[in-house]
This record gives sequence, C-alpha cells and structure tokens, in this order.
Amino acid sequence: MNKKSKLAAAPYLLWMIVFIIVPLLLIAVFAFTTTATCDADGNVLSEEELAEYLAECEENEVEPVLTEKNIFTFQNILDVSKYSTVLVNSAWLALIATAICLVIAYPLAYMISRMFYSRQKLALMLVMLPMWMNFLLRTYAWMTLLERNGLINKFFGLFGIGPFNMINTQGAVVLGMIYNYLPFMILPLYSVMTKIDDRTIEAAQDLGANGWQVISRVVMPLSMPGVASGITMVFVPSVSTFIISRMLGGGTNMLIGDLIDLQFLGNAYNPNLGAAISLVLMVFIFLCMSITNQLDNEDMEGVLL
Amino acid sequence: MDKNKIIELKNITKEYEGEQVLRGINLDIHDKEFVTLLGPSGCGKTTTLRIVGGFITPDSGDVFFGGKRVNDLPPYKRPVNTVFQKYALFPHLNVYENVAFGLRLKKTPESEVARRVGEMLELVDLKGFDRRSVNQLSGGQQQRIAIARALINNPKVLLLDEPLGALDLKLRKEMQIELKKIQQRMEITFIYVTHDQEEALTMSDTVVVMRDGTIQQIGTPQDIYNEPVNAFVADFIGESNILPGIMHRDYLVEFAGNNFECVDSGFDPMESVDVVIRPEDIRLVPASDEVLNGVVENVQFKGVHYEIIVRAYSDIWVIHSTKAPEVGSVVGITLTPEDIHIMKKSDVKRLSYLKNESTIEEGNDIEQEI
Amino acid sequence: MRKITSKIYIAVVFIFLYAPIFVLIANSFNESKSRTVWTGFTFDWYSKLFHNEVILKSLLNTLIVAAVASIISTILGTAAAIGIYNMKKITRALVINITYIPIMNSEMVTGVSLMLLFVALNIDLGFMTLIFAHITFCVPYVILNVLPKLRQMNRSLYDAALDLGCNPLQAFRHVVIPEIMPGIVSGFLMSLTYSIDDFVISYFTHGSTSQTLPITIYSMTRRKVSPEVNALSAIIFIVVLAILLIMNLTDIKRSSAKKRAKGVRAE
Repeated sequence: MNKKSKLAAAPYLLWMIVFIIVPLLLIAVFAFTTTATCDADGNVLSEEELAEYLAECEENEVEPVLTEKNIFTFQNILDVSKYSTVLVNSAWLALIATAICLVIAYPLAYMISRMFYSRQKLALMLVMLPMWMNFLLRTYAWMTLLERNGLINKFFGLFGIGPFNMINTQGAVVLGMIYNYLPFMILPLYSVMTKIDDRTIEAAQDLGANGWQVISRVVMPLSMPGVASGITMVFVPSVSTFIISRMLGGGTNMLIGDLIDLQFLGNAYNPNLGAAISLVLMVFIFLCMSITNQLDNEDMEGVLL
Repeated sequence: MDKNKIIELKNITKEYEGEQVLRGINLDIHDKEFVTLLGPSGCGKTTTLRIVGGFITPDSGDVFFGGKRVNDLPPYKRPVNTVFQKYALFPHLNVYENVAFGLRLKKTPESEVARRVGEMLELVDLKGFDRRSVNQLSGGQQQRIAIARALINNPKVLLLDEPLGALDLKLRKEMQIELKKIQQRMEITFIYVTHDQEEALTMSDTVVVMRDGTIQQIGTPQDIYNEPVNAFVADFIGESNILPGIMHRDYLVEFAGNNFECVDSGFDPMESVDVVIRPEDIRLVPASDEVLNGVVENVQFKGVHYEIIVRAYSDIWVIHSTKAPEVGSVVGITLTPEDIHIMKKSDVKRLSYLKNESTIEEGNDIEQEI
Repeated sequence: MRKITSKIYIAVVFIFLYAPIFVLIANSFNESKSRTVWTGFTFDWYSKLFHNEVILKSLLNTLIVAAVASIISTILGTAAAIGIYNMKKITRALVINITYIPIMNSEMVTGVSLMLLFVALNIDLGFMTLIFAHITFCVPYVILNVLPKLRQMNRSLYDAALDLGCNPLQAFRHVVIPEIMPGIVSGFLMSLTYSIDDFVISYFTHGSTSQTLPITIYSMTRRKVSPEVNALSAIIFIVVLAILLIMNLTDIKRSSAKKRAKGVRAE
C-alpha cells in the first residue's frame, strides 16, 4: 500500500478532533471558567460592588445595566474539595468491589483456562451472557432480591432470621458493582491464563513445584498483565457509576457519578462545577491506569521476588 | 546388559478419546544409558515419555522406579527432570532464575544456588548470561538453558522430548555431540524422544523403535540398522529397497526374477517375505547374463555419492554409488548374501506413508503427541 | 477431590451470575404485581408490554440509532484503520492513543463532554446528537478490530494485486477488503451491541423525542416498577441466549471440522 492510503484516515481524523479532542478541551474550559456579573463596560463586579450598584439603581429608580462574562478561575477546582467525602467514598467502594472481583475471578479464570477446549468455550459464553443483558435490568434484578421484603429476606425468614436491611446500604452498592463488572475481571484474566503453555506449568511441576508453588511462582507472575487490565476494567466503571448507587444505594450514598449528574441534569445545575469534577475524575482514572500499567510492563522479576 | 535397571514399564496402555495411543509397552531402562524412543508422529513415543515424567497416568500397566511402583506419584515428587519440546522456559524469569527455579523450591541457601547455577551455566557453555532475559536468547541458547534448568536438580534420569526439533540442521548436529558429552559427564540416564532416525543412531546406546503404540524393536544402533526385525524398521531407519520375495528354503530366496543365496533361515518353505536391501550395499557392474540387469532411469548427485534409480523388470531400485552411469544405459546389479535381509511380510505401503507424514508434520507434533 | 472443589466453586459463581436474572424471568409470569409473592401464572405482562407505546417506540429508536451509527462507524473506522496502518510510526502511535480515549475513559466523562460540545455548538439534543455520540464511541472498536487484521495480512498481497493489473482501488476491493473482512464484521457487531446496550452516554446526549430502550428502562425503574420490565428482561435474555448459542454452535462446528481435517487430537 502506498503513501496515498494515509488519506483514508482523513475523515476519521476530522471526526476525532471534533468529537474526542474538542469535547475534552471543553471540559477543561468549563472547569476553569465561571460566569461573572459585569457592569455595562464589561468590568467584573465583586459581590459588594454588585450590591452597591443595585442599591444605587434602586435609589435612582433606573433599570440596572448588567452584562455577563466568562472569566478564568480556579474556584471550581477548589470547590471540588468540598465534596471530598463523596470522592473518597466512591474510590473506596470501587476499590473494595475491584478487590473482591479479583479474588472471585482469579480462581475461576484459572479453572476455566485449564478445561477442555470445548468446555472453555461454553464457560466463556456463560460468563459473557449476563453482560449482554442490559445493565439496568441486571441492577434492577438485585433490587428485587435485596428489598426488605425481597426474596433473600424471605429466604432468611424461613430460618427465623432477619429481615436484614440490605437495600440502600453501601454493601448493596458494592454488591451491584461486583455483580455488574465481574465478567470484566474474568475475561482478561482468562485470556492471559489460557496463553500460559501447559508445558510451562508441567516444567514447574517437573522441577519440584507442588500445586501452590506452580500458582505462586509461575501462574501469578505470568498473569500480571491480565490482573492489571482486569483491575482497570472493573475500577473505572465502578468509580464513576451513578446508576448502581441510585438504584441500590437509594440516593443516600452519593458517588462521584451522582454528583456530576446533579450538576448537569439535576437540581444543582452548575456545569462549571460538573466539568471540574469530571476533570478531576478523568485525571484520577488516567493516573490509576498508569499505575496499573506498571504492573504490566515492569520487569516481572520485581513482582516475584 | 548387566547394569541395574532404574526404570521399568510393564504393559502400559493409554487411550485418548477412544483412540489407543499405547498398546502394551514393556521397556527396561538402565543406569547411565542413553535410550532413544524413535518413531513417526503419533506412534506414542511422547506419551511414553510423559508417563515416565508423571504428567499422565497409564490406563493400565505399571511404572517402576528402582523397583517401586510410582503410577500415582505426581511429577514434582519424581527423581526425573524433563527438557520440554520448545523448551517451556519461564518467560517471566531471567536466565539465572530459570536455572535456579528447582533449587529455590527446595529453599536452598543463596550461596549454594549461586554456585550450582554457575556450574550449570558453565556446563552448557553459557557463562555470563545470568541476567539476560530468556526471550533475547537464540533457539540454541534457550535449548541449553532448558538443559541446565533440568539438570540442576541432579535427576537420576533426564527426559528429553524432541529437544532439537526447533533448531536448524547445523546447530542440531552440534547439540547432538554436546548432549552426548553432557550425558557422559553427568553419568546419568537420558531418555530421548525423536522422529529423526539419524539423531537416534548417532547418540544412543539403545534405540527403541515404536509404531502405532507398540514397540517394534529394541537394540543398539548397529543392531537396528543392520538387523531390522521387519520392513517397517528397515524402512524407517535409513533408506531401503523393499521387494516382495519368496523363501524357497533356508538360505535361498527368490525375488526380482532370480534366486539369491542369503544368510536367513527359519521361514516356512515357499513363504512370502519382504526382502530389504540397503542402497549402499548394492554394487553396479557391467551388464551381463550372470547378473540382474536394469536400465538407469535417473542419476542425482548427493554430495558424497550419486543416487541412481534403476528399473529391473517391474522393480525400482535405489542405489548409492560413487560412480555415475549414463541415464538410459543398461547396468548389472550384484549382491552378496550378507546384504540381503529377509523379513516377515508387513504392509510396507502404509508404513512409508506414515514415514512421509512424520517429516511433513514435524511442526504439529505437540498437538499430535499430546 | 480437587476437581470436585473446583466444580463447586464454578457452580457457585455461575449461580451468583444467573440467579437474579432467573428471578426476573420467573416474575415476568407472576400474576401479582408484587415481586415477592407468587399468586399465579400469567402472560399478561407480555401482552401489556406489546401494547406499551413508549417501550415499542424506544425499541424502534434504539434499533434505528444502532443501525445508522454502526454502519457509519464501520465505514469510517475501516477507512481510518487503512489510513492509520500506512502512517509513520509516531503519528500512528499518537492517533491510536487518542482513539483509545473513548474506550478507556469513564463513559460518564465521555457523555458529559459530548453534551458540552453539542450545547456549545448550539445543536438541539435529539436523534442527530445521539447518533453522533454513538458513532464516536463505536468507531474506536471498529478501528481496533480491523488494525490487527491489516497487520496479519501479507503485505505482498497488495503488491501482487497491482502486479497482476489491478489499480489501487481494485486492489483494495478485491484483495485487501476480503482479507480484513473478519475484523470489519466483528467491529460492526461490537458497535451494534455496544450501541444497543449503551445507557450512560445516551443519557447525556438524547433529546426528549429520541429515547432509547435503556433510557426508557431507566425511567421505568425510577417510578413504581411495573412487571412489564420483567417481561422485557425475559425477552432480551432469550434473544441474547439464542444469538450466542447460534454463534457458538457454528463456531464449535467449524473448529471441530477444522480439527478433524487436520487429524489433530484434542487434548
């Protein structure tokens, strides 16, 4: 193929600039600006000046002439810190969900990767099938189960225990995250594990490694890239979800996602603050990713020793 | 053969998905012996090796190590180590840690580990490669690391599964010599799996020829080459002319339209047999009425000798000679009785098909052999 | 012993994954509106579902948006992949990294950023914006599916086509495109499924007339929940199951036929 075929990418490049780069820049622009009230000449008025001016107008019985202007400010970013409890809470719940997903998925992915080929296919299909169900429906299903007079409490009731208060708790939110994103942990783990040659495992056994030693000394270090991408794939959607917290957390356990939603489409309409929170979230996500990428690229010996 | 037996296989059978891979293998392996399991792909040689290594358990029959039955002993408890097909080095470890792997599992003190790894790397001629990543090594170097890694545990027996299969011809020859040297220096038993008959003949003390899950012949390389027990072995080991014949009586056989004296006996009178003649044992003489005459159909230069195809009656003869006759000329063929090997009839057509397949499908051997 | 433990473990995880879905399906046949009391078997919710204008309308919207967005994404993305493949190393790395952003970034941030764009450009939120947004998150999947196929392709194929008398366009049509077809198809299918399934990005970019099914489901779950949602879940589950089964069966058939042809014994 020749140099000219590069041109085939031109429409996409245009698209990419308009719909990927510009929107992200817009977030930054919104995050660092605020709408300020100005006088007729466009000079920014402080609150006192404004009050003074309005009082003056009233006194003289003239209509106040005011204009608005977008000005650069750090205030929005600073305001984000007011919500630090929400940010910390989101990160904390997402972290717990990610850790539990890893613990559940790791053995499962390993078991699947050592099955017969045709069984592997079937097992993978079963892992993916719930992912194809709409995410809202899956979360809604848990509402049914976790309610105060829901099925789980009914079940406990048979033994005379409960009812437990499960829905609208942080536990329910974490459970929702685990349930929705578990397949995202299983799949990358499986795909690295299935690439580990049976003979590499046999070589370890041959050299004297028992079952646990095979796992800790060969399978684990070799599956690190899968662990890294699994963590990213569960953590990112968990930390920014607003559906799970709304449906299972009952709106009382606010997460970053709810906060952003509120600023744009909710009661607390303030796109500048919303953009600032989004920016913080995005920076946070890409920071986390570069950390997990270290797991992936680092000289693996370091991990083992 | 009065050396002590260290491994015994008794009546081993193994089946995969309804296919009989091993059909009653009986094999004794002695101390310090270099044993080669030789056969076309699918003959069960790798399966046999893996049973010794403990990676698969036989369906029936027993495996004895030093007189003790070890059928259910897991690989990590067996006093044998394996050099795997395509090496199976640990990609996440460097050269040093790959070799040290076995010692680390035994919680060996660091100074001891360093000393032993140094020794092993010296043995395989890779001193100073300690810190290299195994992915940067050439095939030959990876091969040496795999050997060092397996030998550091001081196994009594080293199992090698087509270890040179992935190397080019020149490197393969070098490694053959080196492996033999290592075996003699370490004074341990090697069980070596290959489908390359030349490799088997150069390196082994004992060659075990296998086919379709059974052992065809066990013997020294000389025995196997000079006295193949059947046409399959003859055909698999080196090139042969295999002709249909009839044994008139002891020491007299009829084939290619003539009667020949031979050194074989013990067949039924007038029994149909296979006559096996090595191409290099045939001498070409000027055509005359005293000898078998044929027309030269093709002559190819092979380096050391010419390969000459001669048609005599309906038979095609392959002959190796240092002199090249004209294509189209008539030549005479002479044989001495010692050059004529008489064998019980077997289905040679099918065998040569198997042999061809093994050379074509070398790459697929892993899947083939499980 | 080990085998039994692992079988039990696998079973427990799958029960966790499927129990909620089966509860939903069971409830779709429950006469009672309550989700926890079984009063009798009924198909009522299904017939109600099919008479629910809002759901049917949003289903249609979903399909239109998904079809349009994935067709445009596939064309745009395939062309982009061919272009990117022929770029210099540095530009290529840059473009690929930017392409990854919508996949790696939080959907929430992508949705919000697109909404800001549409507002800034003064475009009313509606079908148009929804389709733009869907194309934006679908194209990367097409590109990332097609690029590996281009890399696997033997570069001489294109030269051979030219050598045999094709002009560059013919060479693309008759040689390159068929070679990378599997990548194009899987990119298209991925776009289709992601588009049908998307909620978060649509939530920020849809208008009042362009509700997609996930958005309708969302508003249904916000109000007093109607069992029609259960019926809808059951139907979606069955459809997905059927699609996956068909895909898997043909796949298994194909791979086992291949295996048989090769004479390779499965391990």
